[in-house]
Amino acid sequence: MSNNSDSAVGHAHHFTDMDQQREASTLGMWTFLVTEIMFFGGLFVAYALYRSMYPEAFAEASLRLNLLLGAINTGVLICSSLTMVLAVRDAQSGKVKGLVRYLIATIVLGSAFLVIKAFEYSHKIHEHLIPGSSFQFAGPFGQQAEMFFSLYFMMTGLHAIHMIIGIGVLSVLLYQAKRGRFTAEYYSPIDVAGLYWHFVDVVWIYLFPLLYLVSRH
Amino acid sequence: MSNTVHHSVVDRENDYIHAGYGLKSWLLTVDHKRIAILYLISITIFFFVGGFFAFLLRLELMTPAGDIVSAETYNKLFTMHGVVMIFFFLIPSIPAVLGNFLVPLMIGAKDLAFPKLNLMSWYVYNIGGIFALYALVNGGVDTGWTFYTPYSSTYSLSNVVPVVIGAFILGFSSILTALNFIVTIHKMRAPGLTWFKLPLFIWASYATSIITVLATPVIAITLCLLLFERLMGVGIFDPALGGDPILFQHLFWFYSHPAVYIMIIPSMGVISEVVTCFARKRIFGYKFMAYAIMAIAIFGFLVWGHHMFISGQSVYAGFVFSALSFMVAIPSAIKVFNWTATLYKGHIEFRTPILYAFGFIGLFTIGGLTGLFLASLATDVHLTDTYFVVAHFHYIMVGGAVMGYLGGIHFWWPKMTGRMYNEAWAKFSALILFVGFNLTFFPQFVLGYLGMPRRYYIYPDEFQVLNVLSTAGATILGLGYIIPMVYLLWSLRKEKNVGTNPWGATGLEWTTQSPPITHNFEKTPVVTGEPYVYQEEEKVVE
Amino acid sequence: MSSFPLLPDSASTISDQIDALFFFLVAVSVFFSLIITIALAFSAARYRKGSTASRKGALSDYLPLELAWSIIPLIIAMFIFGWSAKLYLDMHVAPANAMEVYVVGKQWMWKIQHPGGNREINELHVPVGRPVKLIMTSQDVIHSFYIPAFRVKQDVLPGKYTTQWFEATKPGEYHLFCAEYCGTSHSGMIGKVIAMEPADYEKWLSGTSSAGIAMASSGAEVFERFGCKTCHRQDTGLRGPALDGLWGKQVKLADGKTIVADQEYIRESILNPGAKTVAGYQQLMPTYKNQLTNEQVNQLIEYVRSLSATQENQGNNQ
Repeated sequence: MSNNSDSAVGHAHHFTDMDQQREASTLGMWTFLVTEIMFFGGLFVAYALYRSMYPEAFAEASLRLNLLLGAINTGVLICSSLTMVLAVRDAQSGKVKGLVRYLIATIVLGSAFLVIKAFEYSHKIHEHLIPGSSFQFAGPFGQQAEMFFSLYFMMTGLHAIHMIIGIGVLSVLLYQAKRGRFTAEYYSPIDVAGLYWHFVDVVWIYLFPLLYLVSRH
Repeated sequence: MSNTVHHSVVDRENDYIHAGYGLKSWLLTVDHKRIAILYLISITIFFFVGGFFAFLLRLELMTPAGDIVSAETYNKLFTMHGVVMIFFFLIPSIPAVLGNFLVPLMIGAKDLAFPKLNLMSWYVYNIGGIFALYALVNGGVDTGWTFYTPYSSTYSLSNVVPVVIGAFILGFSSILTALNFIVTIHKMRAPGLTWFKLPLFIWASYATSIITVLATPVIAITLCLLLFERLMGVGIFDPALGGDPILFQHLFWFYSHPAVYIMIIPSMGVISEVVTCFARKRIFGYKFMAYAIMAIAIFGFLVWGHHMFISGQSVYAGFVFSALSFMVAIPSAIKVFNWTATLYKGHIEFRTPILYAFGFIGLFTIGGLTGLFLASLATDVHLTDTYFVVAHFHYIMVGGAVMGYLGGIHFWWPKMTGRMYNEAWAKFSALILFVGFNLTFFPQFVLGYLGMPRRYYIYPDEFQVLNVLSTAGATILGLGYIIPMVYLLWSLRKEKNVGTNPWGATGLEWTTQSPPITHNFEKTPVVTGEPYVYQEEEKVVE
Repeated sequence: MSSFPLLPDSASTISDQIDALFFFLVAVSVFFSLIITIALAFSAARYRKGSTASRKGALSDYLPLELAWSIIPLIIAMFIFGWSAKLYLDMHVAPANAMEVYVVGKQWMWKIQHPGGNREINELHVPVGRPVKLIMTSQDVIHSFYIPAFRVKQDVLPGKYTTQWFEATKPGEYHLFCAEYCGTSHSGMIGKVIAMEPADYEKWLSGTSSAGIAMASSGAEVFERFGCKTCHRQDTGLRGPALDGLWGKQVKLADGKTIVADQEYIRESILNPGAKTVAGYQQLMPTYKNQLTNEQVNQLIEYVRSLSATQENQGNNQ
């Protein structure tokens, strides 16, 4: 949505003024986030159904996830949300240096999340927990555990794709910020990218307990 | 609304069609009007592709035995007919063509809020279309447009993957258009144009966009899960692996039932514009009409389970879904009664668009009333999955949505192109369509009640007479769709321009020249009055 | 059947009731369609452009009218809903004395077995005047068991049982259709339901080649062959729950819930033993999912039921 602002100074030709343009892009992003909620919503419904059908299997399969890495990643994402907020604040007050610094911090934290996630995934490959023909899970719940891991990979995979897109968007904004594109008057791309970033973080805040903490009361 | 402004000389050089020449000026345009034309071309191609499939289906069904195509081909034909007509024609039809063209014009804006996104949505649409066409030439797909699991995920040997990817991509094009409309209608209305001064077409576009934004992502994730299952062999929906195929149906209909309203609500908007214009009268009960649209959109989300009364869902879920489905009938009834009341004591001028509106009201009434048979639990048990359902939804989708779409095309054609078509031919084709349509689909109600299941390649002999009637009707109907192609295209070669407001209609789109200039208005219009002020002497009784 | 019928046969206890509701709906539809058509035609003729009819008092808003045509249709709709919901409920609850028949759908045929052991393919023989309950499952994709003349239809799902019941009233041959699209030969997955006078039905039962071996006896064989008895018989140590007298009883599960031992429960316990463990037992049993056919599972169920036949008077096999 940020791509419609053709120039750093002044609003795009089809808007009446800056305010209208800013409000439009904010509403656009919120609407987009609504679609995202519905998108993840379908997965959460599937998760809820199968967890209620196979509570023991889900509890047992969940124990195979690495709680420590999951918890670290939760912390990493919360920190990245903080740096994102700080980036938006500096953009609002026109502090380009701060904006650049916090954008870099956010990108680094987001990448750290993905690296840790990649470690987790590779462990799962070694442990034959990738759904499909090579899946192995001892005990009476093998098949239902595969369902858990199917949902695990769908949910975290989809989340990871959103993270990658987010990092891509922030990188473009970082490049533009360095070239002085954003001012105290024109910063809505940073603003709406921040909304998106927070959304992706919030999704993780739900995923973490649902996937990692099933049986750990 | 503001008074009609007549331009004595049409500014040919500045109108959006002459604003640039060459393919590049079209393919890279961000002008909502040009994007509407691009969409018009794309969906017309898909309409005739889907129509061709339908023709082959009806041809095959002339006799009880299988004779023209094989069972496998027949199954692929009805699947591709459904996929193409629903995803590639009906859902984008009015929003992407008329909506794209009219939403900014009707609210006095220069363009949609995100013009580049708008162009992107057209490209996304075509990429989805390429996947579908690839599957088509590569041997087709035979799952039915409903993609029910586990048939689609495990048993079908056809090209499920590319079609599902195509439908998935297409969803994003709908979402982008809807998002654009929501933001535009919220933020870019002309000064003075408050919500209750909006034309009902805008209300309809707004309601449709809300549904699209909320429902489409759910089908997107459902199709993702289906792909995941088909490609990885895991059992999200496969009962053999611990999954539940009913979950797929719930998720599928959570989108696909509201999708029916995505298809019909825009037509309701069109009919409101057309009826008022040619009755020269205000819409009867404007606020009720606006609320009814929103009510249909909201109830539309709560009734998906009525597709599953015999699927094995609980009896009590059936009760709830049935009761809520009956509730949808109320706002639909309000709309039909209000259009009828609008005509009362009007000055009805029988131009082409209102013939389509009459057709729409009649066919939509039958389609809506037969919906009661299917909302009602006990009768649905007998009627579901038979030709009764096929007839019912064609009355809504073809008799309703397509009639509305064609009515809209005929109404705004002079605005879009600056040219007028031959009205004698146009009225003739409206009549042909009405007759052909009823002859095609009315016998199918009887067939359904007799118990002929849908998606049947061969059928018992006693159903033949009605099937032959239906095929005969389909031939007439097909002709009715080809004639407009001819006279509409023919109208483009005329030199004479129709002027700003050939129908004498209200609405901001009629205050700017035909075809409009690139930025729509010379000066941002200011709105002071109510919509549809056709007769000053009318009394408003509160 | 005539060559060009406009109404379907009506041959079950429910079919006339469905028809009554159907024709009430037709009447409502015709009534409203006529109102709309007449109103449109009247306006079109009288208020065409240039006509001299008076337009005095033309309205663009009139609340009482709006409310009237919101509330009256609502009342009619709710009336239909109530009527229909009542019928639907009746169609769901099978009478206790219903005769049970097992149906397995597979691409593209219907395999049917009567409790007495008689098997049929794409044909279902039933006596008139006696409720028949179908216990149905699918081997592969979703099918739907549809008998238009009886006005009954129910999806047949893989992995679980669905049921429907009817009581035929008129002897004759009626269409049996698969109504849920199931692949290439979907339209070939058809057959006949043959309703017979009870005496003829008895004659048919004893006259068919597959008669003689009751489902329960076949089930006993399966029970032997797959070694079920090593855990589930009193005389072999009972590592698993005893089955005598189990049918229809409340079973207490390990998670504290209780469940009635019916077809669905026993089927699940055979195919997916981990799903519901009986309180006091360990989860030891492996799944028999890939070893037993649907028919064998059905026979096992009848066998388990027969173990309680003495306690249960409504035996199903006469």
